[in-house]
Amino acid sequence: MSFNLDSYLGIQPDALEVYSQRADVLAANIANADTPGYLAKDIDFRAALSAAGQGGDGEGASGSAGGSLQPRITSPDDLGAGSPQHGLSTEQFLKYRVPLAPSLDGNTVDSQMEESAFAENNVRYEAALTFIEGDFSNLNTVISD
Amino acid sequence: MAITNIFDIAGSGMSAESVRLNTVASNLANADSVSNSPQSAYKARYPVFQAVQDALAGAGPTGAADASVKVDGIVQSTTPGTASYDPGNPLADANGYVYSSNVNTVEQMADMISASRSYQNDADVLNTSKQLMLDTLKLGQS
Repeated sequence: MSFNLDSYLGIQPDALEVYSQRADVLAANIANADTPGYLAKDIDFRAALSAAGQGGDGEGASGSAGGSLQPRITSPDDLGAGSPQHGLSTEQFLKYRVPLAPSLDGNTVDSQMEESAFAENNVRYEAALTFIEGDFSNLNTVISD
Repeated sequence: MAITNIFDIAGSGMSAESVRLNTVASNLANADSVSNSPQSAYKARYPVFQAVQDALAGAGPTGAADASVKVDGIVQSTTPGTASYDPGNPLADANGYVYSSNVNTVEQMADMISASRSYQNDADVLNTSKQLMLDTLKLGQS
């Protein structure tokens, strides 16, 4: 019986990946809080994670028992550059935020909302890290005892 | 790694906000400057922020979403300044008028607070992301 680390860790590494990309998007929103005409975006987390669980768009998922993320080419330059992008492209799950209050300069960033979303995202990231940490320490116990 | 983008993004936000703080400082410092003609009077300066979509687009997995911010340029306010009669001023023109700057100090103070809050937000993002990266680096070591 072979041991598959990917299926052992479950969905947490994928979640970590999506959280880190969502942090990227939220950081961009916060940085552009004063840019006229900037439209705030966010990742549809549920859709992104369920796609991650299925191995992207269903391509290249064969041979993975846990159905986790496969390394996939996200840009035509990847092969030439010799550094294939790992993980899922979340670009397709980006949605524009619906602004709570319109602003005169066309900016739809609500700093307070972005800050709280960022904080929440970080807590979830930490939680996923803790789960993985626990998995590793269980593994360690099994190995050393 | 995708999360390294955050440092670029938050860093660009901080540098843009510091340019804004600089223009506020310059405007406030010149609030009482006078001149001998309306043309040469000090005009309030404002930075123009622009999202940079193309520089990072396609580089990260989130594609065009990773927008940093840049200062596209500095514009001068076109609001007319006030002319005041002050013949004793060495800068007064032939009719005894001096022309003051068009800086609105109340507006500048509000702008300063807004810029400083945005800067704090960016610094906060940077700090939290750094902490998360450090935690990720320590994964499995405890």
